[in-house]
Amino acid sequence: MLDKRKLTVLWIALAVTMFAAGCKKKAPPPPPPPPPAPVETRPAPPVAARPAPVIAQFTAEPTSIQRGQSSTLRWEVTGDITSVSIDQTIGTVQNVGSRRVFPSESTTYTLTATGPGGSITASAVVAVSSPPAPPPPMTPTGTLPLERRIESDLQDVYFDYDKSDIGGAARDTLTRDAAALKAIMTDFPGASIVVEGHCDERGSAEYNLGLGDRRASAAKDFLVQLGIPENRLKTISYGKERPQCSESTESCWQRNRRAHFSPGQ
Amino acid sequence: MKKLVWSAIAAAGFLLLLPAQDIREKIERQGQHIPQIALPDLKGSGEAQALMNTFNQTLMADITGSGVVKVVPKTTYPLLVPQQPSDFTQPPPPQPDNPRNRRQQAIPPPTSGGGRWLSDWGGPPVNANYLASGYTAPQNGVLVLYGWLYDLSRPNASEAQVIGKRYLGSVDEAGARKVAHEFAADIVATFGGQSLFGTHIYFVSDRTGHKEIWAMDPDGQNQRQITHYNSLSIEPAASPDGSKLTFTSYYKGTPGIVVLSTDPVRDLRFYNQSASVNSSPSFTPDGKQIIYSSSAPGSKCCRIFLANLDGTGFHAISALTTIETEPKVNPKTGTEVVFTSGRSGPQQVYKMNIDGGDLERLSDGTGEAGNASWHPDGQIIAFAWTRGFAEAAWNIFVMPVASKKPQQLTHGEGKNEQPTWAPDGVHLAFSSTRNGRRYQIYSMLADGTQVKQLTTQGNNDRPFWGK
Repeated sequence: MLDKRKLTVLWIALAVTMFAAGCKKKAPPPPPPPPPAPVETRPAPPVAARPAPVIAQFTAEPTSIQRGQSSTLRWEVTGDITSVSIDQTIGTVQNVGSRRVFPSESTTYTLTATGPGGSITASAVVAVSSPPAPPPPMTPTGTLPLERRIESDLQDVYFDYDKSDIGGAARDTLTRDAAALKAIMTDFPGASIVVEGHCDERGSAEYNLGLGDRRASAAKDFLVQLGIPENRLKTISYGKERPQCSESTESCWQRNRRAHFSPGQ
Repeated sequence: MKKLVWSAIAAAGFLLLLPAQDIREKIERQGQHIPQIALPDLKGSGEAQALMNTFNQTLMADITGSGVVKVVPKTTYPLLVPQQPSDFTQPPPPQPDNPRNRRQQAIPPPTSGGGRWLSDWGGPPVNANYLASGYTAPQNGVLVLYGWLYDLSRPNASEAQVIGKRYLGSVDEAGARKVAHEFAADIVATFGGQSLFGTHIYFVSDRTGHKEIWAMDPDGQNQRQITHYNSLSIEPAASPDGSKLTFTSYYKGTPGIVVLSTDPVRDLRFYNQSASVNSSPSFTPDGKQIIYSSSAPGSKCCRIFLANLDGTGFHAISALTTIETEPKVNPKTGTEVVFTSGRSGPQQVYKMNIDGGDLERLSDGTGEAGNASWHPDGQIIAFAWTRGFAEAAWNIFVMPVASKKPQQLTHGEGKNEQPTWAPDGVHLAFSSTRNGRRYQIYSMLADGTQVKQLTTQGNNDRPFWGK
């Protein structure tokens, strides 16, 4: 680099020469001045160039975590440093250090090291994955035969003596059954489900045939209201012909006053 | 003595025709005039003798069970039993008291014929009004019974014969029973009674592993399976002439009505309405229509329908509001129906006209009532009722329809249900758990006496007594 003094001298010299060359009819021109002695400028002594910082290391370990876990950043910066900082709210740090971080999602950390010689950056990435979603409840798949599926997924519905009303508990059961029925009907597109009506032993047999029919019908109507297609549900009454148990006790009688599900043809 | 016969017949007629009086009164009243009959064990010659136990038991059961005569206990009988009219002798005429012969009269005259005199049976200690006697013998491979009924008020054997007849059967137990039944039927008819011989009790039995329709004789003999659907077949009823049988069966899936001819057994194809329940069928007294219970047109049981024998022409005679079932048409008038309904809450017995009008509740509204069965006279029903007891404590009651005053026939010996009147109007069959957890079928007299167990194997119920 030429320094300013040298340049000025050159420009003056050039200007004078051009002047002289232009002036012809005048007194004999004075003898050209002796060409300026080349200015011998001693180059400026180079400024001692101080090195920029060097990031010897900036890592995250592990590079891959699950949400809620931590990773550790490690760095080492050498050279002429005035400041070292890491983004993502970590801020200014020492030249060498480590920090545990708990990112909630995949994050790139950038370290910036600055010095008189310049600044330099490096980055480290921590990948965050969600913990695996819990699997859905272990239910039998569509490969189970329809009968077993009905047995395990559809609960019986119970009634009061001589009644076919759907009471509170029965409503809850039927609501759950409706959800299970929708799944079953999807898995078995051709099948129909039979709603059976049953009675306890106490009324007369022929009257109970009618009561069982009303119970099956009431349960079916409730399911249809919940969106089960009517043409996929059939009803049949068995009166007191097919009891679940035979003791003459209130608990056995209650078990028999039921609507029960079975596979249709 | 003729008076006695006529009053006996009148009493029997009284029994059958009397309106608005309870059945127990009827039988008690008749008991005061009831003829006494001597019924000694009969003998058989040759091969026939081995069958005479069966013969005598059958004859005795039919006569004692008839309710129209009373059998004098055998302990009073003379030792000799005349087997035919020629076995009878006459007591010697009384000798005039001649002083000239007094020294030669060393042997007093006989006071009894040992059984050969009519008065041996008509006088003390037997004091019977009638004597039934005879004998059996095999003849050309046929069992022949010679049977006589003697009116002991007559002066001699030939004038005393009321019945003198030959009966034929096979030379085996069944043949012995047959001739005994026929002889008994003739004797009972003499006193205005109606023999049960030739009638059948249809019932439901599960002894094969499935509930099927069966039939048997009134004494429990000859139990035979009629249906073989291997399904659930229940609720039998026979036509008045015995030529057809109807019942409910699940063999096509849901409960539907079947009509069969009985001889030969053939399906007569009853048209079932499209409904979740078609059940509880029975015949009208003219045998031309079926009355039944159905949830038609849909799936919420049930009301009463009338239809032709083939199921066509059906029309409802009650409204579809509750459970209505077990409809039975009055066998005498054909114009009234008794049935079971839940229209006032727990099941009760109701009556209405066959056009649906004039509805009346017959049971008093307490407990639960059902299983109504018409007496052949069309004025009395038998039914089952829990009568204010715990639910399921069923007993049999009879009740004149006009007075609605019930009389209790069973008293808590297990559960007693499903009574059905015999065509003679004197007997009932019913189902009972009195001997265990399973139901069996029993018969009894309409006053609740003479209860006899008819079935033992499996669970047997829902009898229907018809021709």
